[in-house]
Amino acid sequence: MKPVLSILPLALDKVTFEAGGKRLIKEVSCALEAGPRSVIIGPNGAGKSLLLRLCHGLIDPTSGSVLWSGAGGKDPSLLQAMVFQRPVMLRRSVAANVDYALSLRGLPAAERRDRVDDVLARTGLRRFADRSARVLSVGEQQKLALARAWALRPQVLFLDEPTASLDPAATLAVEDVIAAIHGTGTKIVMTTHDLAQARRVADDVLFLYRGRLFEHSPAGVFFEAPRSAEAASFIEGKLFWRRKEIAS
Amino acid sequence: MSDLYAALGAAASLIFSFNRDLVEIVLLSLRVSLTAVAVAAIIGLPLGGALALFHFRGRKAVMVGINAMMGLPPVVVGLVIYLMLSRAGPFGTLGLLFTPTAMIIAQCCLVIPIIAALTRQTIEDLWEEMGEQLRSLGAGPWRALWTLLWEGRFSLLTAVLAGFGRASAEVGAVMIVGGNIDHVTRVMTTAIALETSKGDLALALGLGIILIILSTGVNGGAFLLKEAAQKSQMS
Repeated sequence: MKPVLSILPLALDKVTFEAGGKRLIKEVSCALEAGPRSVIIGPNGAGKSLLLRLCHGLIDPTSGSVLWSGAGGKDPSLLQAMVFQRPVMLRRSVAANVDYALSLRGLPAAERRDRVDDVLARTGLRRFADRSARVLSVGEQQKLALARAWALRPQVLFLDEPTASLDPAATLAVEDVIAAIHGTGTKIVMTTHDLAQARRVADDVLFLYRGRLFEHSPAGVFFEAPRSAEAASFIEGKLFWRRKEIAS
Repeated sequence: MSDLYAALGAAASLIFSFNRDLVEIVLLSLRVSLTAVAVAAIIGLPLGGALALFHFRGRKAVMVGINAMMGLPPVVVGLVIYLMLSRAGPFGTLGLLFTPTAMIIAQCCLVIPIIAALTRQTIEDLWEEMGEQLRSLGAGPWRALWTLLWEGRFSLLTAVLAGFGRASAEVGAVMIVGGNIDHVTRVMTTAIALETSKGDLALALGLGIILIILSTGVNGGAFLLKEAAQKSQMS
């Protein structure tokens, strides 16, 4: 097998996205390197999910460019995966959900079986293998969504608020799986509006507010001494708490 | 009122004696309608799915057209197909007019728009829910189409049943292209119309009762199938 080169770093150059005449993402430029877990944080409506979709190629920027490094001729989209806020499960068994993703990549049946077994074991879902995916709890479904993404052995895994609809126990379980995936060498790019989670998970932080990237710093720097005033007030929980709107 | 009771009694005796003419008519009806619905499903399900997923020029016009065709009057469809299949028509040489095949073609034309329109709606909703995940996993549009048709199987069964309802209840089209020929193209609905006009209410009523039983049976069977399949998804 030819060695697959890294598609990282990912370079965003003045990426702008407009919809309905509104600029929702404004000239975002940054570079995401292989290795550290990058967490995009910001309040609701900041454009975090949009930025993730732009990176993953689900939507195209209105202007600017999203550039992956060469993957030795391989399509970079085949080396990425994404997990969404609400897990999307097919109406089939847990194992078949993972198998479906692998079959889309054209893997032979024997290898698919091995990989399905492997990721289900690693995520503690093996005992549910033959159950219908849709009857699992939301937390287990999200673990399955992670397992499905993991089975693809992506170089980059995008996670869009993966724990936003989960209780604390399920949140920790999902974070454990994310850590395990990161441990196997996959780059994690995750959005969250939860500062505590960002502190737990992030190696570097991208702070997004109103479609603009205000700051991209290592996590230690960001939480101790943020460079932008907006980030500082977000960390203090003060940001954008607009009295007028609440009063009216 | 006594007419009705007499007719009911006669109808019951016809049904329970398995009158040979009656059986023949019932079997032909089922053959025509079920074949028409099967063919219409093979065409209508992918067509509706494609309309949901592929955005091409003129898509909206096609959608409006199909929605409008859901309400096509069967007699008009019958007439158009009659003209196509008649000796002077473009397909006259096939000699299909006044055969069960002509009736299947006519019912197919009536059922395809129903299945396609309902399928489009179902698949559009599913795409809304799952589209990004499927694209993220690397499914191309064709693969996504088959995946979503399978995902929507329970709702789509209802679409197919709606199509069967239209096919089995319809008189006008099969009357025109089939001709209601005894032992050849006589089906339940055309026989009911004929016997009523002849005044043989017993046979008409007997056929009517059987038609209702069959259509309830098919729908009930499909419902149980759906329940069982859904239950197996829940275990």
